[in-house]
Amino acid sequence: MPFRIKVDMPLMFGLLMLCVGSLLVLWSAGGESPRLLISQSIRMGIAVVGMVVLAQVRPDTLFRWTPYLFAAGLGMLILVLLVGDVGKGAQRWLDLGVVRFQPSEAMKLAVPMMVAWVLTRKTLPPNFKNLFYAALVLGVPSALILVQPDLGTAILILMSGALIIFLAGFAWKHIGILAAMTAAAIPIAYHFLLRPYQQQRIQTLLDPWSDPLGSGYQIIQSMIAIGSGGAQGKGWTQGSQSQLEFIPDRHTDFIFSVFSEEMGFIGVLILITVYVAIVARGLYIAYYTKDTFSRLLAGSLSMTFFFYVFVNIGMVAGMLPVVGIPLPLISYGGTSMVTLMAGFGILMGIHNHRSLMSR
Amino acid sequence: MAADRIELKDYLRETNLIHSRLIALVVLLCVLTFILVARVWYLQIYNNERFEVLSKDNRVRLVPMPPVRGQIFDRNGKVLAENIPVFTLEILPKDVENMDALLDEVTRIIEVSPNDVKKFKALVKSHRGFEAQVLKVNLSEEEVARFSVNQHRFRGAQVQARLQRNYPYGGEMAHVLGYVGRINQRDKESIDAKAYKGTDYIGKRGIEARYEDQLLGRVGVEQVETNAHGQRIRRLDKNEPVSGDNIYLNIDADLQVKAREYLGDRRGSVIAIEPESGEVLAFVSNPVYDPNKFVNGIDHRSYNALREDVNRPLLNRTISGRYAPGSTIKGLVSLAALENGWSENKHITCPGYFTLKGSSHRYRCWRRGGHGSTSMLKSIMQSCDVYYYQLANTIGIDKLSAFLKTFGLGSQTGIDLDGEPSGLVPSREWKRERRGVAWYPGDTLNTGIGQGDVLVTPLQLGVISATLANRGRRIEPRLVGRLEHSANGGSDKAVTTLVGAELGTVVAKPRNFDAIIDAMEAVVGHPRGTAHNSAGKNVGYTMAGKTGTAQVVAIPQGARYDASKLNDFQKDHALFVAFAPVEKPKIAIAVIVENGGSGSSAAAPVARKVADFYLLNKDANAAEPVLPESGQEPSPEPLASVLSQ
Repeated sequence: MPFRIKVDMPLMFGLLMLCVGSLLVLWSAGGESPRLLISQSIRMGIAVVGMVVLAQVRPDTLFRWTPYLFAAGLGMLILVLLVGDVGKGAQRWLDLGVVRFQPSEAMKLAVPMMVAWVLTRKTLPPNFKNLFYAALVLGVPSALILVQPDLGTAILILMSGALIIFLAGFAWKHIGILAAMTAAAIPIAYHFLLRPYQQQRIQTLLDPWSDPLGSGYQIIQSMIAIGSGGAQGKGWTQGSQSQLEFIPDRHTDFIFSVFSEEMGFIGVLILITVYVAIVARGLYIAYYTKDTFSRLLAGSLSMTFFFYVFVNIGMVAGMLPVVGIPLPLISYGGTSMVTLMAGFGILMGIHNHRSLMSR
Repeated sequence: MAADRIELKDYLRETNLIHSRLIALVVLLCVLTFILVARVWYLQIYNNERFEVLSKDNRVRLVPMPPVRGQIFDRNGKVLAENIPVFTLEILPKDVENMDALLDEVTRIIEVSPNDVKKFKALVKSHRGFEAQVLKVNLSEEEVARFSVNQHRFRGAQVQARLQRNYPYGGEMAHVLGYVGRINQRDKESIDAKAYKGTDYIGKRGIEARYEDQLLGRVGVEQVETNAHGQRIRRLDKNEPVSGDNIYLNIDADLQVKAREYLGDRRGSVIAIEPESGEVLAFVSNPVYDPNKFVNGIDHRSYNALREDVNRPLLNRTISGRYAPGSTIKGLVSLAALENGWSENKHITCPGYFTLKGSSHRYRCWRRGGHGSTSMLKSIMQSCDVYYYQLANTIGIDKLSAFLKTFGLGSQTGIDLDGEPSGLVPSREWKRERRGVAWYPGDTLNTGIGQGDVLVTPLQLGVISATLANRGRRIEPRLVGRLEHSANGGSDKAVTTLVGAELGTVVAKPRNFDAIIDAMEAVVGHPRGTAHNSAGKNVGYTMAGKTGTAQVVAIPQGARYDASKLNDFQKDHALFVAFAPVEKPKIAIAVIVENGGSGSSAAAPVARKVADFYLLNKDANAAEPVLPESGQEPSPEPLASVLSQ
């Protein structure tokens, strides 16, 4: 059988639209700096190549590699806590000499894969023993990342694992019990688990106007930017909130504020449509693939991607606390882009090999 | 997921389960999407008017307050780099309705050169309208007054008072201090943008670049209320900036200026180090350039003129010029030989050339007639080449290059400036790797007289001279002596003293050091020493030195070096290393005069004058000439001895 490079065209099309959109917004948000665009384009190129390569890998190969990947990732996470570099108040980098590497990024893929691996070893829905193992492989890395501290990534990883467990048929009754327990645990977690700066973010969320020049500044300015955009926006590179530097971190986490100020509600609808289309395609792939491992993984990866979007827009629009999650594929920055594209590579791989798998 | 295992499971049930869960996710996706869209709709459509008003009179802005850059002083507190207030005329393009009309109006009351207008227009084109651009710098008080009276007519234009870096010594300190310049795109990639908010300048070269983090200070923030055009109305709150550290150099500005004066208009380098501490007293590279021209961006024509100048004023010769050390290396070669079993009393006969066994190639001595019977002391004093051919040939390149390396040759001195090359000590392995050929005995001979592939920087020569003065104790040279931190509000300042690291000690017997230093003293003090006539007469202290002359072009076998037949850039480089007083060295000096001819006539007098100025506070160029110029007849004894008291 001749070897042919195969990608999933609908996914590819949606992702490329996001990349082009990203470059356009970055031009405006980054002060019209060509260097910013060039380095972002290079990252996109690398990420796309990685995605295409992963798209050729068979899911059963991935399945076999999962435990090793997970073990390596876990080892690096422990290493990072022992010897990692501290950047911006958090210890998340591992210096490998040539590249600085964030093991928590790799875990975004390795953890859901491992949870799916654990659960698919027995017929679904999972029994109590397998659920316990799944909770273990999900909880330990999340806890390690939480103490770095990197709340945003920990939440995303927990979410991706939880999605696998949900897809695997975790009983609705138990979901209800867990939800009730979580609600009860929130005040306790708030006081004992969160760092002061994280508590501050939540207080700010509840009432940003209580401290408009201090901790509420960022979120108020972001909301003003979004709100003043109106239906049609102020025009590309014309947003006064963005260009007059009222918005902090405007080419990274807060890039959605720039986008919505300049492109307006119409632009936002188009952007969200593209995102939802990509996620829908992912869920479609999950639905029509044949083996259980692939189904769980594809469903989790697609929906986690949407959580990225939801949490980021939610936080810049003042609905959710600021947890430092970038707008996927639009924000400036490399590591998360590579991981995201790798995730789509896995999705494409699952779709490419759907007929080979199954029985 | 082997197929046989799946057979065992209830595959259909599993599929149905996951499918139902996927459908649940689709429902969740729809709900969350609806929430997002609803929220954005609530902000952008439903509340649009309210936010539009808020955005239009977004009254509170955080304005960065740039810190004051630390000043730089010499060891005696003389100001070398300061910040002076200047007035600039700036225009904010977004507030201007008709730019040409405004420029027309403004230039009627303030003189602006067409070149400035052109530059300004280019800036406006290449930047966003939200950023104010400078039309003219350095407005006079009168111009500021005239502008202020008419300000209402010029919407969008404003006069700003800013601090600008100034180097009162001009070119004298250029190669030490470097300069600051406007932050460019390249800088932006590597700096923390937050720390530079409101700051336009960054250290580009020299001390300004090396100590950027200390000089910069910490940015403050001011919360101001503004009107709809972004003009400030009042301050609400502020967080004071912290000024950068003041830096005190070890450089003695007077000595530095004089040292360059003694060099005259010749290309070259003078370095003076206090051996005990490694403090750099003078660091001269000639010619120089005016760093003040770089602060606001030098124009292309001036920059190209500097770059294309054959004398290469932009080159910092002292740290990055690499020269053959010539005979200045002979002291070290002697020490290497003594440490390897050679006796200082052993005599060699110099017939004016040296030949290797089985070869007819003649390695010449600089004195064609030869030095006759030569001891080690005489070989250093008169710089006999044949003696060193013999020494190098006897101990061999392996031991020789290993010993030279223990002195720090071939590695960076560790001075607090960027871009230091390591120089080169050749070895067998080096030649095989880099040139792909074997090491020849002739290479060893050339190394023995500091020619061939050996390369040193003037700074390295200075450090070697200090190491000899310290009898082997190696110390890192330091330009900066101390940092004075600005305390917030209070007058008491915290000070950090910087000292060069101890780099270990060259292993050699004290007796052998004595022999070398005695011989170097004879170079200056003995009537037949190579530096005696030009620099050794009537010295009010003891001085040890070694002359060197480094060939720039190869002289063919059988031909003679004839300065008159060579153009200026082919003449030999003149070198001299020295330290004084011998008993308790206070200054170690290295001088290189590019294409200056011989070390004794061109370089040694410079070193002598520098030492005189530093040790005796005696200026050779003072109104009444004290020392004979090199090449002239010495002045009568009585006069000189009276003046040297």
